Amino acid sequence: MSFRREEGAAGRRPFRTPDSRTPGARSARTVHARSPRTARSRTVAAVALALGTALLGAACVPGTDGSGAGPAGGGGATAVPDPAKAGKVTLTVWDQEVRGGQNAEIEQLNEEFQEKYPNVRIKRVARSFSDLKTTLKLALSGNTPPDVVQANQGYADMVAFAKAGMLTPLDDYAGLYGWNSRYPNTLLDLNRVSADGRNFGTGRLYGLSQTGEYIGVYYNKDVLDDAGVELPRTWAEFTDALPKLKKAGELPVQFGNLDKYPAIHTFGVLQDQAADSPAQIRDTILGKGGGFDNEATERAARTLADWADQGYLPDGANGTGYDDAAKKFAGGDGAFLVTGTWQLADLKKQMGGKLGFMPPPPAQADGPLRTTGGQGLAWAVTSKSRHPDVAAAYLEHLTDAHAADVMTGEGVLPAVPGKAADRVPKDSPDGQMVRAWERLNEDDGMIPYLDYTTPTLFDTLSADLQGVIEGSLSPERLRSKMQDEYAAFRAEQGEEKESADGGTDR
Amino acid sequence: MTAPPAKERARPSARAALRAYAAHHRRRAPGEPRAVGLLYVLPALVLYALFLLVPLGQTVWLSFLDWDGLTAASWAGFDNYRELATDPALRAPFAHALVLLFFYAVLPVALGLLLAAALSRFRVRGMTFFRTVLFLPQVLAMVVVGVAWRSILAPDGLLNDVLRAVGAGGLARSWLGDYTWALPAVGVVGTWVETGLCLVLFLAGAQRIPRELYEAARIDGAGAVREFLTVTLPGLRGEIAVALTLTIVAGLRNFDLIYITTSGGPGNATSVPAFEVYRRAFEVNEVGSAAAMGVALTALIFGLTVVVARLVEGRTS
Repeated sequence: MSFRREEGAAGRRPFRTPDSRTPGARSARTVHARSPRTARSRTVAAVALALGTALLGAACVPGTDGSGAGPAGGGGATAVPDPAKAGKVTLTVWDQEVRGGQNAEIEQLNEEFQEKYPNVRIKRVARSFSDLKTTLKLALSGNTPPDVVQANQGYADMVAFAKAGMLTPLDDYAGLYGWNSRYPNTLLDLNRVSADGRNFGTGRLYGLSQTGEYIGVYYNKDVLDDAGVELPRTWAEFTDALPKLKKAGELPVQFGNLDKYPAIHTFGVLQDQAADSPAQIRDTILGKGGGFDNEATERAARTLADWADQGYLPDGANGTGYDDAAKKFAGGDGAFLVTGTWQLADLKKQMGGKLGFMPPPPAQADGPLRTTGGQGLAWAVTSKSRHPDVAAAYLEHLTDAHAADVMTGEGVLPAVPGKAADRVPKDSPDGQMVRAWERLNEDDGMIPYLDYTTPTLFDTLSADLQGVIEGSLSPERLRSKMQDEYAAFRAEQGEEKESADGGTDR
Repeated sequence: MTAPPAKERARPSARAALRAYAAHHRRRAPGEPRAVGLLYVLPALVLYALFLLVPLGQTVWLSFLDWDGLTAASWAGFDNYRELATDPALRAPFAHALVLLFFYAVLPVALGLLLAAALSRFRVRGMTFFRTVLFLPQVLAMVVVGVAWRSILAPDGLLNDVLRAVGAGGLARSWLGDYTWALPAVGVVGTWVETGLCLVLFLAGAQRIPRELYEAARIDGAGAVREFLTVTLPGLRGEIAVALTLTIVAGLRNFDLIYITTSGGPGNATSVPAFEVYRRAFEVNEVGSAAAMGVALTALIFGLTVVVARLVEGRTS
């Protein structure tokens, strides 16, 4: 799951600290004058107090040294765990599946797990994505962290947690439960972190994702019909459709980028299409590719700038919220909306039969698909959990074939679709979404979110893309800026690795 | 406040007797705080230390570390502060904050003075109503303010609709998405919020200014401007200091509004220190750098409030 992608205005938390707006400053003046000596000694006392508290903090160096890391492979489990024999267990679970269908699906699965194992009680703590992101770090550093947590993929979260030894490697369980064959490698790899905690996409398995998600193209059938534009079957047809729509007086692509992150998804799709192969971009994101100094990156930026310039994107897109743009699209403003599968349920509710969904059209009709996407946040087991076996059984329960059918029933896209997914009508938006997901995995066309590349790329890229859309940052400049950031981070990682290996490696 | 207490002037002999009596019983000069006073403030002091001084000390400590919030921290010395001084990306938020101070402190105080002067000169019908309406933004949570203004400033929001309706459609723009206008747009929201506070403070202060001063000024032939400069402005000195302190603090620790409206964008055109602290600590795992920024922000706020207390309020110690 991409950084912050779910964070709408509605999900935001008030951050206002309590005001200390008592106009006490004035009353201080009326207090009778103190003798200079006491005033000075008070100052001394205050300074001493401040220093004392500072030293109090200095007594310990914060953080762990990673020695809490579990043994390789995870707990040395040798047989499929049986939670029924674990005695009375309370499993504390922190997740962020607070939206309609996702929440319902988790509640049902939790209920079933407790029915199956009456000795297990699940204590669920559900928070919004951004709430979870800001509190999880502190919770994991504590002495009694939750047993199961949902960790965001990428360097800032999952890699950092694994590096600090806060998560249990799940490789043994993966063998016992057959997770390695259940999931396509491209998906499973996104939940892997190397043993030295420096790279992700390779190494030990630290989590399992329940759901799948990718960036697709929503379309409004009525708007396309009114403009006399056929549904594009190839990427070239798609880009050709934009000027036609514009000429017909319709907004070709609805888009709102005030929240900064949406452009990363749009840009990702454009870059995927411009790339020589999905692997070209994917390898770079996973830290083993040639970087961003390539034609694909520049061409994608040029296309985005061009779309803004030609009016294929709405005027002032940088000033429109992501949720507002989706609302406008639902209200009939815009022929296409390029965004994630997570919007499907909401859009369907508002648009009914007018809504269509497709993956970004391939280069040739019915050719291999490619797009930006991945999977939901990974469900991981903390290394301090006293019941890793029960936690692993819970993960299995959340991701098995039955769970997939429960998810489909709630309109959620399972990472590994089950039988129920086959019964979804093929030409419905849901059917299109599931079918394209399966094809993307077969075609090996899934390209992870760009912000996984470095811990800070989310920030720099989302800021820079606003400049590209505005026209103040040239595509060439974006290409070199992305490359600089990539190279700097790889160099930093290499340096750290060398010093960790005593300079023997590389 | 400044008039000497009447009883000090009266009956010097009685005062001397009293002083002799007091000297007999205590060796301390009268009015000097006694040690037992510390006992009275102890509960408050403990709370204050626990929830304010200790975290402050910890923040200072963290600012000298290189820490990602999870793995073992390493000593960084003054590196975080050096970066703060040299990295343009880290300095920019402070520059933005200073621009915002114009909108958060200078403009509201100026507008508040203007309104207060006008309102104290003319009787306005429904005064209570206007005062309440102007003060209302202060009562609203900043998040509500942010969400409301986000929609007002949207490309097809209220502001642009009004501009187009009056034939100034050429001025309509994507206010929060425009590199030049996003910062002033966010600033205007601050002005809207803080003006009411200033006005209410100044109105209350103006009521305490003796009518005789105005009458004297008018008899001397002072016009509205002269009257404002010689009577109202000096009379409101204390209130202006309070208003400046409050608005400066509000402007500098501005986080919620930026978080809701622009997330620091477009680009980094509206990033401010408080938002940057949050971003660095929670999003990019640079706790040391975030702490250094927090300390710098604290120092800046402290410095500015001291300046206000000295220059405007005239306090010297």
